[in-house]
Amino acid sequence: MKWNGWGYSDTRFLFNKKGQAEFTGKRYRLSGLIIPGLKDWMEGTFGASVQHKSQATPILNSSSVQPPNLNEAFVEELKSTGVPYSHDAEDRVFRAHDCHDDVVKIVELACKHNVCLIPYGGGTSVSSALECPPEETRSIVSLDTSQMNRILWIDEKNLTAHVEAGIVGQDLERLLNESGYCTGHEPDSMEFSSLGGWVATRASGMKKNIYGNIEDLVVHMKMVTPRGVIEKSCQGPRMSTGPDIHHFILGSEGTLGVVTEVTMKIRPMPEYQKYGSVVFPNFEQGVACLREIAKQRCAPASVRLMDNEQFKFGHALKPQVSSIFTSFVDGLKKFYITKFKGFDPNRLCVATLLFEGNRDRVLQHEKQVYDIAAKFGGLAAGEDNGQRGYMLTFVIAYLRDLGMDYYVIGESFETSVPWDRVLDMCRNVKARIVHECKERGVQFPPLSTCRVTQTYDAGACVYFYFAFNYRGLSDPVHVYEQVEHAAREEILASGGSLSHHHGVGKLRKAWMRETISNVGMGMLQSVKDYVDPANIFGNRNLL
Amino acid sequence: MTHTYRGSGRAGLYQDEEFMDILEERRRTSDLGHALRSFKPLPYLGAPPCSVAELNQAVLDSHFLRHVAREVAMETGSSVEEVREEACGILEEMSQNLQLGFIRLMGYALTKVLKRLFTSVFVNMEGLSTLQQAMQQTRVILMPNHRSYVDFLVISYIMFTYDLPVPVIAAGIPLAGMKLIGEILRRSGAFFIRRAIGSDKLYWAVLSEYVKTIVRKEFAPMEFYVEGLRSRTLKSVTPKLGMMHMVLEPYFKGEVFDITLVPVSISYDRVLEESLLAHELLGVPKPKESTTGLLKASKLLQDNYGSMHVNFGQPVSVRQLCEGKINRCQYNLIPRDLPQKPTPEAQACVSWLAHLIVRIQEEGSVISPWSLMACLLLQAPVAVLTEDGLPWQQLTERTLWLKRLALDFGGHLKWPGQVSDSDVMSSSAAIHHSVVHQKAGRVYLVQEEEPERRRAVSAEQSVMRTGTSVLMLASYRNQSLHVFVRPALLTTALDVTNSTHKDELFAFFSFLQDLFSSEFIFIPGKLSEDFEEACSLLKKCGAVHIDQQEVTLSHMGRETLSFLKALIQPFIDSYQMMFRYFCEQGAQVITEKQFLPAVRTLATKLLLSGELHTYEALSSDTQKNVLSALQRLEAVTKMRSMQCEYKVNKPAVRRIADILSGKIPVQMLRTPPDARL
Repeated sequence: MKWNGWGYSDTRFLFNKKGQAEFTGKRYRLSGLIIPGLKDWMEGTFGASVQHKSQATPILNSSSVQPPNLNEAFVEELKSTGVPYSHDAEDRVFRAHDCHDDVVKIVELACKHNVCLIPYGGGTSVSSALECPPEETRSIVSLDTSQMNRILWIDEKNLTAHVEAGIVGQDLERLLNESGYCTGHEPDSMEFSSLGGWVATRASGMKKNIYGNIEDLVVHMKMVTPRGVIEKSCQGPRMSTGPDIHHFILGSEGTLGVVTEVTMKIRPMPEYQKYGSVVFPNFEQGVACLREIAKQRCAPASVRLMDNEQFKFGHALKPQVSSIFTSFVDGLKKFYITKFKGFDPNRLCVATLLFEGNRDRVLQHEKQVYDIAAKFGGLAAGEDNGQRGYMLTFVIAYLRDLGMDYYVIGESFETSVPWDRVLDMCRNVKARIVHECKERGVQFPPLSTCRVTQTYDAGACVYFYFAFNYRGLSDPVHVYEQVEHAAREEILASGGSLSHHHGVGKLRKAWMRETISNVGMGMLQSVKDYVDPANIFGNRNLL
Repeated sequence: MTHTYRGSGRAGLYQDEEFMDILEERRRTSDLGHALRSFKPLPYLGAPPCSVAELNQAVLDSHFLRHVAREVAMETGSSVEEVREEACGILEEMSQNLQLGFIRLMGYALTKVLKRLFTSVFVNMEGLSTLQQAMQQTRVILMPNHRSYVDFLVISYIMFTYDLPVPVIAAGIPLAGMKLIGEILRRSGAFFIRRAIGSDKLYWAVLSEYVKTIVRKEFAPMEFYVEGLRSRTLKSVTPKLGMMHMVLEPYFKGEVFDITLVPVSISYDRVLEESLLAHELLGVPKPKESTTGLLKASKLLQDNYGSMHVNFGQPVSVRQLCEGKINRCQYNLIPRDLPQKPTPEAQACVSWLAHLIVRIQEEGSVISPWSLMACLLLQAPVAVLTEDGLPWQQLTERTLWLKRLALDFGGHLKWPGQVSDSDVMSSSAAIHHSVVHQKAGRVYLVQEEEPERRRAVSAEQSVMRTGTSVLMLASYRNQSLHVFVRPALLTTALDVTNSTHKDELFAFFSFLQDLFSSEFIFIPGKLSEDFEEACSLLKKCGAVHIDQQEVTLSHMGRETLSFLKALIQPFIDSYQMMFRYFCEQGAQVITEKQFLPAVRTLATKLLLSGELHTYEALSSDTQKNVLSALQRLEAVTKMRSMQCEYKVNKPAVRRIADILSGKIPVQMLRTPPDARL
């Protein structure tokens, strides 16, 4: 794992000696391949140049990190419990237990010695939730749950699994697959994010249309708080026992305690999977189609609609084709869509689809969706395009690191919005990003693009990508933050939510009061005051 | 050689713009050739064009209109189909039908008319090129002032001449009723709005959806008069907010990223309708807009009307202006296509923006030498003007003095440089032969000729005749009033309060703004800035000294101060006269129908007896403004009944009159003197 970038150490994008982009490693479908279009796309989109490089800090130097602020009494007593710990420089910035009982001990000790605890799962947060609050003067302990990664039992009668909360998504899925099951919960970060983190942020998975979001998947859970352990007494699938206490835990973002064990629903592994894609003449038609699919409640396991910029981006990431035949076929397809069907290459957009389940039903379902798409001018564009779309989700974070090597910084953010406002919001936010970048002296037009990634009965989840070339700016990170802030204000003003699944953390705290009202803030605050009066879980997220 | 000159500009306008006479080329080439030229406007926003039929269908299909139709059906007991049928009819009556062929026809006819009427039509080319850029980037709303029927299509004409997208224009329904002309206007992009819509819910719904759809769909740039109607006095009119709100709502609701407003200032040396307007102000009803009327008016075309200026202001971004003034999240909880009453915040924002635009229009208006002369002529006693005549020499000297003051105050003056000052003034007076005539080195006010038998003119009739000329003169003075009004109000405050304390002056200044806010345009919430501006302008021209707390008069400033005081005096006298009417008339409740003639009769009587000096008190515009001022100050309340009835609180009116004359301090405005009893 990298400490200064996304993901595995062996996997990265780079420009090889011939100046062509290459994706290293063996882990992904794109690994080891040459991507001929990427260089031109980067140069064309950002005005970035392969000649202008700005390398990341290669090794962590322990002298560049401040010495730890230790609570000696706490450390002494921790030693006697036998719980492993570390305060090496690398562990402190990157990572620092073993079971529920260990957590109980640590939380008790922390309360006794007034030490601040920050739970740490996979570390994939994008809301500054894991940053230590600068105003915190107590000793801070990062409570790493990564060793609590076992499946404790599987209940095949009720189709549930009881799992420790530190388990990482891909391990959970792999282990369940060995017994012929899956959870179906696949957030884009599933390679690295943990079950506890999902619960703490109200995570959402790509295939939520079949399996549901995390709140639909959880049947039971345990959380260790300074007041003790909170859990329900049974595993009834639904209860009417006052407000659901699970909803105090879901989305609590580590402010109330540590989630240690979760019982969640599992499903038999799908018999058949099929990718697909549809090209639309423009984004408006694409959104209208998704809306219709949602209306008819026939959304496939996943459906995502990318705008034109993202379509072009996806195109740039096509690996080198091995045979003349494939490139001939590609050329023919392009000709058919742009010339024969009259799609404007600067307006068309593409939806990627994933169907899952019984083979016959998948094929039937596929036909139904393609029929709806046809009504909105959509043309089926093949399985391969669809599959590549989903694969890109996993490599895009690596690509951000490549960008940073060449003066390009970028990030993604998300929201949810009612159907009638999807188009207006997408247009406003993208325009606002371009406008703000210009105002702040960004010299090249930024990449400002979005995609609709989830459909609901009453609205959709929209993901924005935003990146710009920061050459010539004195404080690019600050500019970045200002633009992101402006973009979020535009989202809110256009009827979007503060977050669909990333959470609030510290990044979006400023908008919480207007989002949930004074009374809402008071309710959350009073829960916090009761559960954790000494603010042991002091990461200061949310409130 | 192109005929150009430079003017000096102020905030919101180009600092140093160059005007070009667009008629010059028309005089050299064929009019038909111009009309048939290949017109290739740059695409508006690069949006795929949408047809008129599609636009209208989108309006009818909108959820908003469906919803309102259902509501109206429920309320009236008719079927939804009937109501939708009715909506269809309203839309048909309203909608424009922009067609290139008619733009050409309009171009041809307008070239003929403009060439006949005006020596030049000046346009600021820099503003036009900025507009061209704006039209490719954002939705553009053209917001001209409205001073004459002539300016109705002039912007479209300029757009056609310079290959810019032709706008759709909001017009009053009477124009649609004109035979043939109505249809030509419709096909030139005009859409028609009824005058008194009142509480006709369906009509409001169709209109607002129509306007919003044009804005949302980027159909074409839109042009509308934020003042709502043609100014009868050539003074800016308090903006109407209904249309403005409809235009801005798509931005408030996040349906569009931004809207660009382009204030346009149109100014005339001489207005075609000058005597018509003066008669209307004196209570002679406006002739109905008709095609035959228009043909009859064609004798007006024989006269010379000087030049016309069209000044395109700097485009302003609604997004930028509304920053911090409107919380767009307020629209998040109700579906945007349901009718929703505007919140006080939205209303305040719309009002502020509308006033701001009118102020920019004012600042962009070009002031002619004649307007300055009119200011001075009106300060001479009427008897002098009608009988003895004012020495020409005196008038020209004073005008040159006033020119310097106007420039000091940042006025946007057009003073031709190539000819001598006295020629400039003589030719100005010559153009306005309908108002003044020169004889033996003296200037006289022209008295309207009596058209019929030479019967002895009654005293009342003679008052009306003089009134007509005075009101025409007053209109031309009004063209430059906005330059002087703030320092003039401060001068009045200095004079009435006899105080030097800034606080006291500010309090009186604020009272005057309140009292006169239908008379002059003040941007809501800018009172303190206005006061500071007034102080600094008076200081700049050396009329006062200002330190931390005090404003003291300077000896050098006597001429300036007495001019400014006299500028406001007709308004104060007219207001006092009407306050007197309200206090002296017997009834507690009066109707608007009774009020206007009664006040006119009283004014005539007082003018004849010599108690009243200003003929401007005869103007129905001033009379209506007093009524709204008293309502604003809560001395008169409108009663909830059909025929505009007003309840008069006489002590309150008396209090206002006493404050205005300096008998009691401003602080007494809302506390009755005997409150302690």
